Amino acid sequence: MAKKVALMQGNEACAHGALYAGCNFFAGYPITPSTEVAEVLSNELPKVGGKFIQMEDEIGATAALIGAALTGAKALDATSGPGMSLKQELIGYACIAEVPCVIVNVQRGGPSTGMPTGPGQSDMQQAMWGTHGDHAAIAISPASCQEIYEETVRAFNLAEKYRMPVQLQLDEICAHMREPVTFPEPGELEVIDREAPTVSPEDYKPYDDSQGQIPPLASFGSGYRYHVTGLNKAADGFPTTKAELVDAEERRQIAKVMDNLDDILKNEEYQLEDAEVVLFAYGSTSRSARYAVNELRKEGIKAGLFRPITVWPFPDERVAELAEQAKAIVCPEMNLGQMVREVERVAKGACLVSHIGRVDGEPINPGQIIDRVKEVL
Amino acid sequence: MAYDYEKSIRPGKLPHIWCPGCGHGIIMKGLIRAMDSCELDLKNTAVVSGIGCASRLPGYLDACTLHTAHGRAAAFATGVKMAKPEMTVLVVGGDGDGTAIGGNHFIHACRRNIDITYIVMNNNIYGMTGGQFSPCTPTGAMASTTPYGNPDPTFDISKLAIGAGATFVARGTAFHATQIDKLIAEGIRHKGTAVIEILDDCPTTYGRRNKFRSVVDMMKRLKDIAVPVAAAAKMTPEQLEGKVLTGVLYKEERPEYTEQYAQVIAKAQGA
Ligand SMILES: Cc1ncc(C[n+]2csc(CCOP(=O)(O)OP(=O)(O)O)c2C)c(N)n1
Ligand code: SF4
Repeated sequence: MAKKVALMQGNEACAHGALYAGCNFFAGYPITPSTEVAEVLSNELPKVGGKFIQMEDEIGATAALIGAALTGAKALDATSGPGMSLKQELIGYACIAEVPCVIVNVQRGGPSTGMPTGPGQSDMQQAMWGTHGDHAAIAISPASCQEIYEETVRAFNLAEKYRMPVQLQLDEICAHMREPVTFPEPGELEVIDREAPTVSPEDYKPYDDSQGQIPPLASFGSGYRYHVTGLNKAADGFPTTKAELVDAEERRQIAKVMDNLDDILKNEEYQLEDAEVVLFAYGSTSRSARYAVNELRKEGIKAGLFRPITVWPFPDERVAELAEQAKAIVCPEMNLGQMVREVERVAKGACLVSHIGRVDGEPINPGQIIDRVKEVL
Repeated sequence: MAYDYEKSIRPGKLPHIWCPGCGHGIIMKGLIRAMDSCELDLKNTAVVSGIGCASRLPGYLDACTLHTAHGRAAAFATGVKMAKPEMTVLVVGGDGDGTAIGGNHFIHACRRNIDITYIVMNNNIYGMTGGQFSPCTPTGAMASTTPYGNPDPTFDISKLAIGAGATFVARGTAFHATQIDKLIAEGIRHKGTAVIEILDDCPTTYGRRNKFRSVVDMMKRLKDIAVPVAAAAKMTPEQLEGKVLTGVLYKEERPEYTEQYAQVIAKAQGA
């Protein structure tokens, strides 16, 4: 049987990817350019017995998301800049309480209301550092509609597996462009559900890591009674101020991500084998970068593209290798210098790092990238 | 025989953090009796709170307990109830938590008429942070951030809940301890958003700044200002000056939110 192929927007692909992953709960608050995700799910979720709720604001949406996730739901929320800022406190709550959920940020220009219908990539550092306190983050930036579909599934998988919030950092261009999307068959893509406890309710401790870095999460209403708090807590979930327990918990929550980079990181490498100049680009900007690589190669310039799909945690190791290999790394981003900070941190001066920033609501075009490459070589 | 609170208390979690004379403990006992009289299955009961002294309550109960962020309890509870309507969902918290930072979630929970029972422990102050004024601090009262007396007007939480659409609204006081469980139990049995406002005291941060010499004085105030609804009907406006009504203030039947959503599901599935 031929597979279902449909022409759709990135936002629609995100909603359908969520459904494939088993998403059965959406809470959100309307905001351009993310609203189509909510619109599609308001229509589709009840068909599969799922729930859609439009909350009174983005803080409430994240709160409802976490509440639903604690009952076992696979929960999604989609927003953009101003809404993302409002959510930050509760993203930290989901981190410390270790509640799986997926939050989509369709980036537009900013700060503040900025340019609601213009694209941006200016919340990239926020995705890592937006909420207060030390924590680990997983964020993903896909670059095509098909990839948005598939990476939404992966975002749910990572959330469920690592018991934490995962952010999908889209941008307005990817979210609103239309491309054919091939729907995978059931079973074709891996779908991971969180691990349920095997111990008896009496013995259950929601943060007990004696069996592994990621303690199983019991659903509310499944027979397990336990406590969830945003305070620093001990293995039993109850608040503690004991220095050694607080320290161990915080470190475990970061280590569960940083010890599993092989599983979490995902990049695409294009023409990098002999590259003398590396373009570091993600999201819609990587599409211009790929075009630029092809054009530069035609002129005999050895350019290549490194495209992180998982943007947080940052792919330190691979970027460091590329910095050793290349004469220059050029980073086009629709912001005034965010992920380039990570490239510079990791390159440690091994090669020239050059940033192309754009915040006027226009995409970065291949010509701009080509010109810069020629300048730096 | 003395009432057995132990079966609902989480083993090893007492003593609680509250100050001697704090009304929060009286309300917790009332809540436990109410949960008991409604025969709630604690495995299927979520008790949700925000942040504050009052919001520490869930930790002491042997249920599915969710201590969230300041002001957000109603929204977390909405998520729990929406995702698992078969669970009983209770919310507890302070006046500051529920009506200042959490005011938006509070009124929208009422408007939706989602089946949660929200117990507001109204001690007229931000206790946990040391006695700053809340939206329920009386005008003119002293708080740590109103050194010249409070210039702000106050919220009437029960009226706010009725205005926002809650379909069961009741008020009690920490002094009238034996009434608390009855009001809460009626709220739990009611299908829809139930708000139970319990007037409370905070001797530590409110009493001492406002010339209450003792906890007894604070309790006396609660005793003196409370007028049961039925008694109030026979009183003149002059007699009611400075009083607050207690008992069931409002009750109405209106479609409950998760049941409404079940109809959305039925429509979407072509039923
Ligand atoms: C976002 C945020 N802002 C402020 C605080 C500080 N804070 C903690 S509890 C509290 C007030 C609690 O007062 P109330 O809800 O009336 O409860 P009480 O302590 O009196 O029982 C405040 C302001 C916080 N924890 N989070
Ligand atoms: S500070 Fe006030 S509200 Fe907090 S525990 Fe003490 S008496 Fe109760």
